[in-house]
Amino acid sequence: MIQYLQNNSDTVLAALRQHLYLALVPVLLGFVIALPVGYLGVRFPWLYHPLVNTCGVLYSIPSLALFVFLPVVLGTKILSPLNIVVALTIYTVALLARTVADGLRSVDKLVNEAATAMGYRRLRRLVDVELPVALPVILAGLRVATVANISLVSVGALIGIGGLGQLFTRGFQLFYVEPIVVGIVLSVLLAGVADLVIVLVQRAVTPWARA
Amino acid sequence: MRIRAIGAALAGALLLSVAACGAGDDPLASDSDSNASAGTSAVTVGSANFAESELLAEIYSQALEAKGVQVKRQFNIGARELYLKALQDGSIDLLPEYNGALLSALHQGGAPQGVSKPDDVLAELKKVLPAGTEVLEQSAAEDKDTLTVTQETATKHNLKTIDDLKPVAGQLTIGAGPEWQERYQGLKGLKELYGITFKEFKPLDAGGPLTLNALLDGKIDVANIFSTDSAIATKKLVVLEDTKNLYLAENIIPLIRTEANNPTVSGALNAVSAKLTTDNLTQYLAKVQVDKQDTATVAKAFLSDNGLV
Amino acid sequence: MNLSYLLDPAHWDPSVSGSFPQLLLSHLWYVFLALLIGTVIALPIGLYIGHTGKGSFIAINAGNAGRSLPTLGLLMLMVTLLGLGLLPVLIALTVLVVPPILTSTYAGMRTLDRRVVDAAKGMGMRPWQVLTRVELPMALPVLMGGFRSAALQVVATATVAAAVGLGGLGRLLIDGLAVNDYSRVLAGAIVVAVLAVVLDLFLALVQRWVVSPGVSGRF
Repeated sequence: MIQYLQNNSDTVLAALRQHLYLALVPVLLGFVIALPVGYLGVRFPWLYHPLVNTCGVLYSIPSLALFVFLPVVLGTKILSPLNIVVALTIYTVALLARTVADGLRSVDKLVNEAATAMGYRRLRRLVDVELPVALPVILAGLRVATVANISLVSVGALIGIGGLGQLFTRGFQLFYVEPIVVGIVLSVLLAGVADLVIVLVQRAVTPWARA
Repeated sequence: MRIRAIGAALAGALLLSVAACGAGDDPLASDSDSNASAGTSAVTVGSANFAESELLAEIYSQALEAKGVQVKRQFNIGARELYLKALQDGSIDLLPEYNGALLSALHQGGAPQGVSKPDDVLAELKKVLPAGTEVLEQSAAEDKDTLTVTQETATKHNLKTIDDLKPVAGQLTIGAGPEWQERYQGLKGLKELYGITFKEFKPLDAGGPLTLNALLDGKIDVANIFSTDSAIATKKLVVLEDTKNLYLAENIIPLIRTEANNPTVSGALNAVSAKLTTDNLTQYLAKVQVDKQDTATVAKAFLSDNGLV
Repeated sequence: MNLSYLLDPAHWDPSVSGSFPQLLLSHLWYVFLALLIGTVIALPIGLYIGHTGKGSFIAINAGNAGRSLPTLGLLMLMVTLLGLGLLPVLIALTVLVVPPILTSTYAGMRTLDRRVVDAAKGMGMRPWQVLTRVELPMALPVLMGGFRSAALQVVATATVAAAVGLGGLGRLLIDGLAVNDYSRVLAGAIVVAVLAVVLDLFLALVQRWVVSPGVSGRF
């Protein structure tokens, strides 16, 4: 396995780089989109259940199908990495919108009432009180979405754009174990590191939770 | 104000990690960055989803790079049905093809009757190429689809040619890439040309280890194996003779988007085609398939052994 | 969007190989076996950790660790090592199913009010009775939540089996892609999504049925 890595360091590094990009950009985009979407589910309580159900259905669409269909919908080239990015953004939003809504709903009513009594208007209360209180829940969701994305990217290899997944298909086409194992190990490591980064960020930004 | 700092910190952390790894080459960047020194833009080389196609694509890529052409690799796309679309929408510019298989795919109802010699196939092929694409010079190297059985099966049913399958096909399972379901050079042609319908079709991989192992394990009786596969000799497999020329000449030939072609590119690729033979292809492919050597290393060896770099 | 493949009655004939009923059946078979084996493995471990509090670190982190294993890679590795067959699929899918069930079993056990457990002990229940009559029933809502998300995940993910030459609804995706028939890919996506929704509704009913009214608050 070490020898495989030595002989193929360029291929492996390129795959790793593409993998990171394809997994993390959607996390970012998805997070930015999920915040307002999740908030809508709280602001308008009748929206909560439709939102949760839509997210559930979106998440159950097989990723390969989404990768293949997006070019038809978006007009992108069939091998454009953009298809993977958009597909994974959809999954991220599907996971996170619900978490954001649940996080905001979990904020103690008394806390909100106290903030209102102190003269906070709706938007400021949301930004300065509700979101920080909901943050541990939201970040837990972000961890799940990030790790799930990192493992999902590899499915893209079935259409030739899958970061580390390309090591899987390469190994599989030759019944050659080394690249597959290298791909799995790197993918898991990557997920572990990304997860750790979020945990550290979480500790840094929610000092009250550590008490 | 805390939440803004939090958001910024989080976004910053993620962006940093993305930027750190994406530095230098943005995977989303278009393939249009031009290479000023060679006066040509980057050529995106594609390949199908099997080892030989990837090896040939790597040989093309390195031959182009040796001539100062900037190359982007987009290998392992899938079956012909998929990569032709990628070629037409400009996702890729160039890939190794097989003249007969390509003709059969592009010509309505399979390849025209009576065309089987390399030059005739090429002439017919040029008539049906999609707009905006062209082929360069074809090589002497051939790799045909075959219907292959184990020695045991051949003896049991007395099989020598594809015709011989006809009386027994109803008891036999055939394995090939999933694209065979709809291909003329797959189940359709076998039915129309030979009148053969198998008991079952198992969608496996394109002449890869999955198909080979399924054949050796007895999970399938007949397999689509490529004629350049060294396993045919080492595992003593029997290739059934294609008496009706379902598989025509299958010379390896570069298929390229016209806009990506220029004298530098065609010069480099034609030089490769001039050196490729069925024998040396089989030999170098075995280095990838059997010895598990890296495609790039094998491609480099091929080019230097043949004085191309 | 072209629904012709989905609506063609010929593709619904159960006697035709590769028809929706056949693919659905093999898909459900993978899902069922993976959930069964996954539960048999994860439930006792989760209960043990939840009951004793030993090894809680494993239970908490198993979820994300399991999620980070790329199923496609695992499946390709297993087929490369073990050859074509049911076993590689089951291993890859079971690995997917174990973590959420393990984590949710543990979480369900931990979130229940410890005073209830103390009360049960005080009533003279033996540890086994505490586990089966108090802790497990009270952990069920959270446990079922984890089970349902595991089921949804495995329904969508079982499609990758087709990428290594096996069956299930993924055949529609892989074959549709290989023969350039988007109508078939669309049909596959729709059937998988509908299956996921139906399965989730079914499990929601099961949950209503198995969770004691005293726990769910529905008298």
